[in-house]
Amino acid sequence: MGILEVQNVNKRFGGLQALDNVNLDVEEGSIHAIIGPNGAGKSTLLNCFVGRLVPDTGTVMFNGNSLLGIKPHEINQLGVSRVFQTPEIFTDLSVLENVMIATFAHRDGAFKLNAIDPVRKEVDIRDHAEATLLDVGLQDKRNMVASSMSRGDKRRLEMAMCLSQDPKLLLLDEPTAGMARADTNRTIDLLKELAEKRKLTKVIIEHDMHVVFSLAQKISVLAQGHVIVEDTPENIKGHPKVREAYLGEAQV
Amino acid sequence: MTNAIFPSKANDRLLMIFFIIVVLAGPIILAPFGAGYPDLLQRFAIFGIFAIGFNILFGLTGYLSFGHAAFLGVGSYSAVWMLKLLSMNVIPAIILGVVISGLFALVIGYVSLRRSGIYFSILTLAFAQMSYNLAYSVFTPITNGETGLQILLDDPRVLDGGTKPGELPLTNLFGIPMNATQKVEFLGMTLQFNFGFYFCAVILILAFYLSLRIFRSPFGLMLRAVKTNQNRLNYTGVNTRPYTLAAFVISGMYAGLAGSLLASMDPLAGAERMQWTASGEVVLMVILGGAGTLLGPVLGAGFIKYFENIFSKINDNVLHSWFAFMPDGLENVMVTLVHPFVGKGWHLTLGLLFMAIVIFLPGGLMEGFNRIWRKITSKRETATSDTSSDAASTPAE
Repeated sequence: MGILEVQNVNKRFGGLQALDNVNLDVEEGSIHAIIGPNGAGKSTLLNCFVGRLVPDTGTVMFNGNSLLGIKPHEINQLGVSRVFQTPEIFTDLSVLENVMIATFAHRDGAFKLNAIDPVRKEVDIRDHAEATLLDVGLQDKRNMVASSMSRGDKRRLEMAMCLSQDPKLLLLDEPTAGMARADTNRTIDLLKELAEKRKLTKVIIEHDMHVVFSLAQKISVLAQGHVIVEDTPENIKGHPKVREAYLGEAQV
Repeated sequence: MTNAIFPSKANDRLLMIFFIIVVLAGPIILAPFGAGYPDLLQRFAIFGIFAIGFNILFGLTGYLSFGHAAFLGVGSYSAVWMLKLLSMNVIPAIILGVVISGLFALVIGYVSLRRSGIYFSILTLAFAQMSYNLAYSVFTPITNGETGLQILLDDPRVLDGGTKPGELPLTNLFGIPMNATQKVEFLGMTLQFNFGFYFCAVILILAFYLSLRIFRSPFGLMLRAVKTNQNRLNYTGVNTRPYTLAAFVISGMYAGLAGSLLASMDPLAGAERMQWTASGEVVLMVILGGAGTLLGPVLGAGFIKYFENIFSKINDNVLHSWFAFMPDGLENVMVTLVHPFVGKGWHLTLGLLFMAIVIFLPGGLMEGFNRIWRKITSKRETATSDTSSDAASTPAE
């Protein structure tokens, strides 16, 4: 039994069968990658996990709870955090404030009318946020306005926000998209480090084979809306079906 | 632990002291500008409260309501009813005004906040215009239609009904009438210390203090996060709807407070207070002063009320006296040139000023002050590398 179980999920957009009977079983504590060519349905699948899309049929169970038909904030409160393809952060606020907001949401739940005591008195929240920033290597930039950071740092900040909530499952949508090689390698190192430090389940959607093969313990290959293979990285590399669907075009 | 980004307690205390002194000294500071008379001073304070409340919604969450005058009007009507039915003491009137406008805001906010951006603005505008028109038609038993709601000699006033016959009673606070004024001659000016103004001033100070607490609180931080990236906030586990609704109701109650104060100073309520131009005015006040800043809204409210009441009274005679030192021909040319910008043309000056501020100082007058302040301080000590990330929240030291 995995922490995230996807069974027979179908999603149709007009004439396009975006997801075709998808099954997925993500083991607790593992890094599970979902790869596939453009338009294979990777992002659609991820959107079904976080409440942005509702599949036409099928079930998505997380830790014994169905994730279908509930709102994004409720899914997050169950312990699922998401990193977006383009970093979604609070650009007008400082780096520390960004992480503190996530920490508040984790401590206080979806809503708390905490309008009288000042933020500066919330020492615990602040310490926790600073510790998380240290984990991702942004402690020196905590007073910067988030919008003024590089893309790589924004990604780190977004991860820090997710990590500060101590999630059970972290969903990463192309965490290295649009990054330079050096930044990509830094991100891989960060993810590896985090995997060792925190026993946190991660689902990664990725284009970059280099990233996938250096991180994942298990890979699902998605093509035209269905999972064609699910296996370990070693077996995926040589798999003829995968070659045909995907790797035939890319050098690995 | 010292922190650069969270304003310290000492900083906030300084800001409060500064604010209290300036407000209480209002009659002295404004007298040289011809604005030191009670009626206008009361307006400064009341519209300051209105703008502070509007800023909690617009400045923090970015939700632009175009219907806040409705809450002002509802506050006024409720207050006048309380004056008619219960007592000429303003306290029950103000309490009822705030409560009723809060309930009104809860209903309108609950519906309007289902949409954001321009759709939200249009929904609030529609509600306010609906209230405005209903006040003239269906609700005339409550609003007294075009005549407006006013106190009458035969009102029941169950608590203090027995006033002198043939004379309308005055609004008061436990017996002290709102129009009690102490005149003091000072340096050739007549300073007028009016009880009504000081009553409004104390409430303004309390309203400002509450807004300061909200700005600094986790709730305020969440509201700013709503403005920046609502999507991220949802995926961070926060239900944004109750946050925005709370902000909407709080700002509606501020508007109701302002409305009931208007009625407390002059026991009269008319539907024109709810018209869309009145809703637009508070938007202008907040943007002019600086949306999302603490002092900006009060400053913007003062600016617009000053223009409306003082600038509009400058006629050609006044202009001639200004330019009297010039030779006759030049004097007439100057008067002709300035004429369109003052008196009835005060809107033109205000409009140009507003455009200049929005273009050159998008953060409003407060941004201008902060820039000047930073220039002064950076000249004095260039060594400090204080990343004042939130320029808005460190004003006026």
